[in-house]
Amino acid sequence: MITFNHVTKTFGEGERALKAVDDVSLTVEKGDIFGVIGFSGAGKSTLLRLVNLLERPTEGEIMVNERNISSLSQVELRRLRRRIGMIFQQFNLFNARTVFGNVAYPLKLAKVPKQEIETKVTELLQFVGLSDKANHYPEQLSGGQKQRVGIARALATSPDVLICDEATSALDPETTGEILNLLKKVNEEYHITILLITHEMHVIKSICNRVAVMDNGRVIEEGSVFNVFSNPQTKTAKNFISSVLNDRLSIKLLNKLRTDHQGRLFRLIFKGDTTNKPILSQVAKKYNIDFNIAYGSINELQVHLLGNLIVELIGADSEINHVIAELEQTIEVREVLDHES
Amino acid sequence: MRVDWTTFWPRIIEATGQTITMVFFTLIFASILGFTIGISLFVTRKGNILENKAIHLILNLFINIVRPIPFIILLVTIGPLTRIVVGTTIGTSAAIFPMTIAASFGVARIVENNLVAIDPGLIEAAKAMGASPVQIIFTVLIPETLGPLILGLTFITVALIDFSAIAGTVGGGGLGDLAMTYGYQRFDGSVMLVTVTVLIILVQFAQLLGNKLSHKFLRK
Ligand SMILES: Nc1ncnc2c1ncn2[C@@H]1O[C@H](COP(=O)(O)OP(=O)(O)O)[C@@H](O)[C@H]1O
Ligand SMILES: [Mg+2]
Repeated sequence: MITFNHVTKTFGEGERALKAVDDVSLTVEKGDIFGVIGFSGAGKSTLLRLVNLLERPTEGEIMVNERNISSLSQVELRRLRRRIGMIFQQFNLFNARTVFGNVAYPLKLAKVPKQEIETKVTELLQFVGLSDKANHYPEQLSGGQKQRVGIARALATSPDVLICDEATSALDPETTGEILNLLKKVNEEYHITILLITHEMHVIKSICNRVAVMDNGRVIEEGSVFNVFSNPQTKTAKNFISSVLNDRLSIKLLNKLRTDHQGRLFRLIFKGDTTNKPILSQVAKKYNIDFNIAYGSINELQVHLLGNLIVELIGADSEINHVIAELEQTIEVREVLDHES
Repeated sequence: MRVDWTTFWPRIIEATGQTITMVFFTLIFASILGFTIGISLFVTRKGNILENKAIHLILNLFINIVRPIPFIILLVTIGPLTRIVVGTTIGTSAAIFPMTIAASFGVARIVENNLVAIDPGLIEAAKAMGASPVQIIFTVLIPETLGPLILGLTFITVALIDFSAIAGTVGGGGLGDLAMTYGYQRFDGSVMLVTVTVLIILVQFAQLLGNKLSHKFLRK
């Protein structure tokens, strides 16, 4: 659907040159909700704006629907842009137009007959739950409602892809959840591929099936959300992930656990199927030890579960070593020595 | 010498009509020209939808040269040009030409200043939806700034009533001419008072209408 092939975007020239996007290769498949995460300034917005040529790549090629978009004429480019809906962090609604007028706008540009516009806009406003606000102006709407209008407007020309630049970053957590659900509905009901960028990992965790981590213009990690979450390779990815998985211990909490639990502490990581097996109690029975769950979290990622427990194992060291060896055959085990582990 | 009021009232009405004619047509021509120049100035800026360094520079230079010239000097200076375009330098229609030139550049600056304040995100959104530069001008730039633009035009209208009085004294007719010939040169205070009152009413009316209209379009 969308392929980046060694794409680089440089702003400025000479000494001032800045590689906002640096040799990025990525593929977004049809039906994906593909998330790109990174800190502010990582180059996410630039990457997104390359998809509809709001920015032109300095090097490399970008394919949308198997066409190299750099070679399109102006007219073809405008036609392509109608196949790519875009929504923005600041909504970018037209203040001089009503909700209806905003959603109708891209259709008017495309010279769609009035009757058809009427039908389409009514349908979309219903889809985003704003039928009763058709004649309101954006100034009269809340942030969440504005983004719903933004989504309806982006869907007006029945695009194949929706690209979202920090679509929920200006919204409170509850509204964020509603908008994310709406995006998921867009993906499922209209079969629209979504490419979104965000600096919030919970957005990725809530709706994406694939994720790329960006840092300094480069994609440093990429894969299915479950794989990247359960087995992050880079420090940046690990940091983002622990911000939502709630799996890091604070130094304070670790000290408290240490005073409360005299035995050795281990972190056990369960992935997928292993979460529904009684592994822990089986080995505890087999070897003569006790265990005590000190801390834990279980996260749902797409249809998989990712469990993270810190347990205290109480017993003879030799027994514990056997237990660890046996557990390691099915799950990941790490002894907790400091708050980083 | 006393004024004969029975013949003077019709003259007041005629002069008011001339002033309104001058202001009205100037406003229309200056808006067309001013919007064209102002929008061109904006869209040719660096990074904008029709970026063009040369055109931007030339327009800017032109405005900066014409704008500071006091109207009365401009009026006299472009006299020959007025003769070529209108055919004469005397009369109401001959006054409209120099007034249009002077007002256009004012309108152009007002248009440009309001466009600069527009949220670039809106232009970007329109682009992303497949709008061409011309479509962006007519569906984003103008509608989104119409409220403040009308206020700017109101300001210009009031200035034009002032210009019309000056233009009137060099043969354009109108209230300014009347006030000068009867009131000032013949030392008739009552004529002066009437013409000034009519001018004030015109200005107030223009301001009121402008405020009302702009309010209708002001949405932020
Ligand atoms: N039009 C531009 N001109 C110059 N530098 C830019 C431009 N757009 C973005 N940049 C720079 O590129 C880098 C990446 O920006 P951006 O893509 O907005 O990052 P992100 O969306 O991840 O916060 C930043 O250092 C930013 O300052
Ligand atoms: Mg950004």
